[in-house]
Amino acid sequence: MNNSTTTIETNTDFEVRSLDAMCLNESTLKHPWWYNLKYLFIGIVFGILLVKSEVISWFRIQEMFRLESFQMYGIIGSAVVTGIISILIIKKFNIKTIYGEKIEFHSKKFSKGQVYGGLIFGFGWALTGACPGPLFAQIGTGVLVTSITLLSAIAGTWMYGRMRESLPH
Amino acid sequence: MIDFLKQPWPWYISGPLIGLMVPLLLILGNKTFGVSSSLRHVCAICVPLKVPYFNYDWKKEAWNLCFVGGILVGGIIAGAFLLNGQPIEVSPKLVTEMSKYGITDYHSLVPAQLFNWPQLFTFKGLILMVGGGFLVGFGTRYAGGCTSGHSIMGLSNLQMPSLIATICFMAGGFIMTNLILPYILMLN
Repeated sequence: MNNSTTTIETNTDFEVRSLDAMCLNESTLKHPWWYNLKYLFIGIVFGILLVKSEVISWFRIQEMFRLESFQMYGIIGSAVVTGIISILIIKKFNIKTIYGEKIEFHSKKFSKGQVYGGLIFGFGWALTGACPGPLFAQIGTGVLVTSITLLSAIAGTWMYGRMRESLPH
Repeated sequence: MIDFLKQPWPWYISGPLIGLMVPLLLILGNKTFGVSSSLRHVCAICVPLKVPYFNYDWKKEAWNLCFVGGILVGGIIAGAFLLNGQPIEVSPKLVTEMSKYGITDYHSLVPAQLFNWPQLFTFKGLILMVGGGFLVGFGTRYAGGCTSGHSIMGLSNLQMPSLIATICFMAGGFIMTNLILPYILMLN
């Protein structure tokens, strides 16, 4: 435990983590591995939603970027509104996690990466018709060739990690 | 009931349900909704080499891998039991436009005429799948999140950087779809 903590402190500075959607507000509680199964379940629900809302469809993404359908805007918009209201409720009533921990929120810091990286992701999103979540869901629905797209996305992530120091942030 | 579920779910049902992932993950264990970090964890597990960005205790982020594993299983379940085999209904304008590029099959959510194994060995398929995938992986990590981490989680928490990221996602998508993709689709 102590060893692993030191590894993090020396190699992954706070800024790296705060730039990321990665879990900052990590629980200090120690749980057995099978506690993670609840996230598997949430993932299953999310995966089904991605398929049934047709977010995983290349056609829907095309419609969105051609302004030919309201569907995707409705989905993302109503998801954000639901998220905003939920977080307001959590903050207002100081709702705790099911283990009684305080739910913490961390502010994201601006970086040029959000602009450059955002544009690059936008290009990829339009080409593949899938953001990362739908890549996994597409494979699940039997479009096995998407696993190549996913592997390529992992390669892209790796390349970013490799080049990170020399990129503007 | 099952027939009802097999139809596409309207945005006003699926959107709010997707939004509920945010409080669910927070309440179940202080987890921040986000998918693309899982790609970083895969790198950290498989090929960290000496890259500092991939040397961290990924076991602490194992929940995220369970989460994306769940998305895959969810896809399997939805694909096996919740699709009715009807072609996807898209706007007539898109149908007209796509027919110019020979895309006429709407039976799969993912156009089978573009995304298949033989296509992978064409220039067009290579750009769409391998090139597109690479940009998704590189861009999301550079931006620090994807549609879930920034556009849903970040915007839900009223984060200005997430709004900037989301605007850039959309700008990139508009540029690619309208200015560049038509030329790619014209390739044989």
